Amino acid sequence: MYIEDTIAAISTPQGEGGIGIVRVSGNRAEAIGLRLFRFRKGDAFSSHFLHYGALVAPDNGAVLDEAMAVLMRAPHSYTREDVLELHCHGGMLVVERILASALACGARLAEPGEFTRRAFINGRIDLVQAEAVMDVIAAKTEASLALAQRQRAGALSARIDAVRQALTRSLAFIEASIDFPEEDIGETDTALLLSGVNGALDEIGSLLDGFDEGRILREGISVLIVGKPNAGKSSLLNRLLKENRAIVTHVPGTTRDIIEETVNLGGLAVRLLDTAGIRHTDDVVEREGINRALDKIPQADLVLFVLDSSRPFNVEDRQILDAVAGKTAILVLNKCDLPLTLELPAEMGELPRVALSAGTGAGIDGLRELIRTTFLRGTALDSREFVAISRARHRDALTSARSVLRQFLSGLEGGRELETLAIDLRDALSAVGQVTGETTTDDVLDVVFSSFCIGK
Amino acid sequence: MHCHETIYDVIVVGAGHAGCEAALAAARMGCSTLLLTINLDAIALMSCNPAIGGLAKGHLVREIDALGGEMARNIDATGIQFRILNTRKGPAVRASRAQADKQLYRLRMKRVLEQQDNLYLKQGEVTGLYLEEDELRGVDTRSAIRFLGKTVVLTTGTFMRGLIHIGLTNYPGGRAGDLPSVGLSDQLRQLGFLVGRLKTGTPARLDGRTIDFSRLKPQYGDDPPVPFSFSTERITMPQVPCHIAYTNPRSHEIIRSGLDRSPLYSGIIEGIGPRYCPSIEDKVVRFPDKERHQTFIEPEGLETVEVYPSGMSTSLPIDIQIPFYRSIEGLERVEIMRPAYAIEYDYVDPIQLHASLETKLIRNLYHAGQINGTSGYEEAAGQGLMAGINAALRVKGKAPLVLGRSEAYIGVMIDDLVTLGTKEPYRMFTSRAEYRLLLREDNADVRLRESGHGIGLVRDDVFGRFLKKREMIAAEYERICSGRLVMDEREQGFLSRHGLADVQKGTTLEQLLRRPEITYGELAEFDDVSRETPPDVSEQVEIQVKYRGYIERQLEQVERARKLEGTLLPEGLDYFSINGLTTEVREKLAKNRPDTLGQASRIPGVTPAAMSVLSIVLKAKNWKNNGRGTGSVKQ
Repeated sequence: MYIEDTIAAISTPQGEGGIGIVRVSGNRAEAIGLRLFRFRKGDAFSSHFLHYGALVAPDNGAVLDEAMAVLMRAPHSYTREDVLELHCHGGMLVVERILASALACGARLAEPGEFTRRAFINGRIDLVQAEAVMDVIAAKTEASLALAQRQRAGALSARIDAVRQALTRSLAFIEASIDFPEEDIGETDTALLLSGVNGALDEIGSLLDGFDEGRILREGISVLIVGKPNAGKSSLLNRLLKENRAIVTHVPGTTRDIIEETVNLGGLAVRLLDTAGIRHTDDVVEREGINRALDKIPQADLVLFVLDSSRPFNVEDRQILDAVAGKTAILVLNKCDLPLTLELPAEMGELPRVALSAGTGAGIDGLRELIRTTFLRGTALDSREFVAISRARHRDALTSARSVLRQFLSGLEGGRELETLAIDLRDALSAVGQVTGETTTDDVLDVVFSSFCIGK
Repeated sequence: MHCHETIYDVIVVGAGHAGCEAALAAARMGCSTLLLTINLDAIALMSCNPAIGGLAKGHLVREIDALGGEMARNIDATGIQFRILNTRKGPAVRASRAQADKQLYRLRMKRVLEQQDNLYLKQGEVTGLYLEEDELRGVDTRSAIRFLGKTVVLTTGTFMRGLIHIGLTNYPGGRAGDLPSVGLSDQLRQLGFLVGRLKTGTPARLDGRTIDFSRLKPQYGDDPPVPFSFSTERITMPQVPCHIAYTNPRSHEIIRSGLDRSPLYSGIIEGIGPRYCPSIEDKVVRFPDKERHQTFIEPEGLETVEVYPSGMSTSLPIDIQIPFYRSIEGLERVEIMRPAYAIEYDYVDPIQLHASLETKLIRNLYHAGQINGTSGYEEAAGQGLMAGINAALRVKGKAPLVLGRSEAYIGVMIDDLVTLGTKEPYRMFTSRAEYRLLLREDNADVRLRESGHGIGLVRDDVFGRFLKKREMIAAEYERICSGRLVMDEREQGFLSRHGLADVQKGTTLEQLLRRPEITYGELAEFDDVSRETPPDVSEQVEIQVKYRGYIERQLEQVERARKLEGTLLPEGLDYFSINGLTTEVREKLAKNRPDTLGQASRIPGVTPAAMSVLSIVLKAKNWKNNGRGTGSVKQ
């Protein structure tokens, strides 16, 4: 519909793959490419030429991934517009980050089927193909309708509706005061506006938090087990797996590669990564394993830092502690069945911890619970109350609602005119409305007429 | 049936606020125009409150003026109290309102009509349209005279099958004291129009000699009064106050005691009334906790003792009305001169209109005002003006003038009506305009003078003055954007007086003015040019600067919507054969038959997905028409 703007989307299937592609189409595609892509050679795109280089964050220039990029100038492209394709590694997170960067450079998230639709509107595909596209679009609509209806029956739309109602009510107060100055309805009640909008903001915030939780629920988390040799990492892994997958010995350094296993922690999919023990060593093979362990730390959602509580804190533990700094981590004080000799340095005081024995299984449930609550903030996974926005589209809409509501609050505080405050509220309502439906002027008038006795 | 010898270009049926504007516009555009009314002594009569303007309504009046209509000049010449509302809020929601001397208002409008070239006034009740084989040819009247015309504008107000209610008593009437129009709406129904029933009401008119005004709080107008019209230099009529009074729990008790004989609550009235203008019994029933309701006692004129208690309309029996009005403090001895009443009337669902206000069923037939389900003099006048303009343009063989939602409240109103239809009396509110900051009273001329001049309604001399103003606005804006502070003594003094120590040398005047604490008027303390700038020019410059961020935001939204608004939907499009639309959407589109994609997008239930399908179908159709398609669209 808005053929003038530039759209972007992830074009490869969801999930992990060898390659991920973010596709951008529209007249700003090249400009976006120039901002995001750092050429290994040269500094400009030649059309239909695959360039090698790196993708960087638009705000701080940090490297997001090594990548290939190709620009296909109009009209020789899928959509007959300038099309940019960014080929990166196929991890969910990296692809999403690159998409987010393209959006930050002014692209809009494409609607389902929109590239194809543009291809048709711009006359590249013929009518027979277009019919197929229409069918595809219709099918998507049916699906999204079904989804919307499921959601309407569920808690998400109830919560979104509550936000809309709070905002509609606040807007109605403003509109009543603007349109009926002669009526005996009093001045706009700032406290009421504040509480309405703050309530909506809280709810939006909690829904946005739920997005990450929802993502975690769908995609799971990766948990890296680190610790010096023989701290009990593999025993812990096995205990969590409840079966013997990794080789366990009491000779330090026998687990030399990364072992990955997925367990279900009460509904939370957890990919457990066991690494070689970290120790200063001259053994080339083991050295490699240790490096891999340290390299993996930044990519893990959670680090389980296993300490042997029967041995003193030493320089190896210190090295791990330094590598773990700033990560979400849990201290696992293993071998709690043996006499305690470990003394933790003061700076570890803030990390959450669990004392357990991987050997006997004592305390293991405490760890399971701690992992879950670290990511799901106490949400009962089996509860049907859990509500999560599930789409980047939802998140974008709520994020923009939040920013415009914050603008509203500062305007209200600064004494800005009511009619510009009303614009903020309307924009917020329309953003929130994108998640479930629309708020119309009539909705606002309904509230005005049912809340105030108005009549000339 | 006697056939009148003239064939008029435009026949306007009804001489209320819509009919007067329609007839004047057509005649001023050079069309021979006939204005037919049931009662030549009731031209432009204010059947309800004796006032023009208010929020959004004042905006409409300024727009009518900018386009070359008469309402603003008429109230300026006959207004007896002028006030700007919302002065403590921003410029977009400030609005003018004026009390009129009701008789002078009507007489002046009649005089303007009588002095207009090409315009003929005749008394007669139109009983039907005259068609020859589905082609509109003219109208027939009760006195068996047939008038021939190329186009007809129906502005029937509350007259079609009008039924007046006072308590359980009811009788046919177009307005208290006037006959109803019978027959016309039956014919419209037979022709396929969706005729519905609405209701409105008006309070009693009270004898001012029996009111103790010393116990009421007076409310005076602005001094000096600010006129509505861009062409009026100043208001010369004497100015008088209104008075504020309140009902009390005893008043509400009296109202409740009469509810069993209310035509509204006993189910006799079937028409739907306006929510924003409820009767006093409605207010008492719906807001039982409210201890008092406010009323403005408005003068009906300088030479009469009749007054109008606003917000106190009722259809309760007269034996309830009398004690009710007398229960109000200050009105203990009040005498009713004309009782309050409700009136039911026929309207035609405006969903059957194009945005030009021409009906979709009958070519060359236009509807304006209450027949379209609106209420209010200003709403009626705005539609009347557009219907008159478009009838005249049709006669001249030109394309209709359709104002966009981003151009005018008139555009918002007509788009709402023809896109959504209406089930209750429609009144304009500023909240209905999504581009409210752009649609201000102060810039109505900037928005619309050019259109008005283009169709020949705004005279060259008036337009020349406007062009000069527009140039001055542009020049002054340019000047303050380029003029920079040099930090001489006057500027430094100014900055320190206003606590602006942080302002740097080289700052432009525009940047300075952007600060909330600085007004344009204050710039004159060091900037001599701004002192010389005419106020109507500096006002525009100041608003442009102060509102800039929000105006730009709205302009972006307008730009985004522009494509949709400009994309026409073919008249014969068969929505039921389009793949990819749900049955619900197909039915809605087939019923509403939107003219543009923009209108389609505003129909409730038409989803973004449906919009995509529609735009694809249109694209395909255009291809086919241009011979670029590779086959036909299978719909």
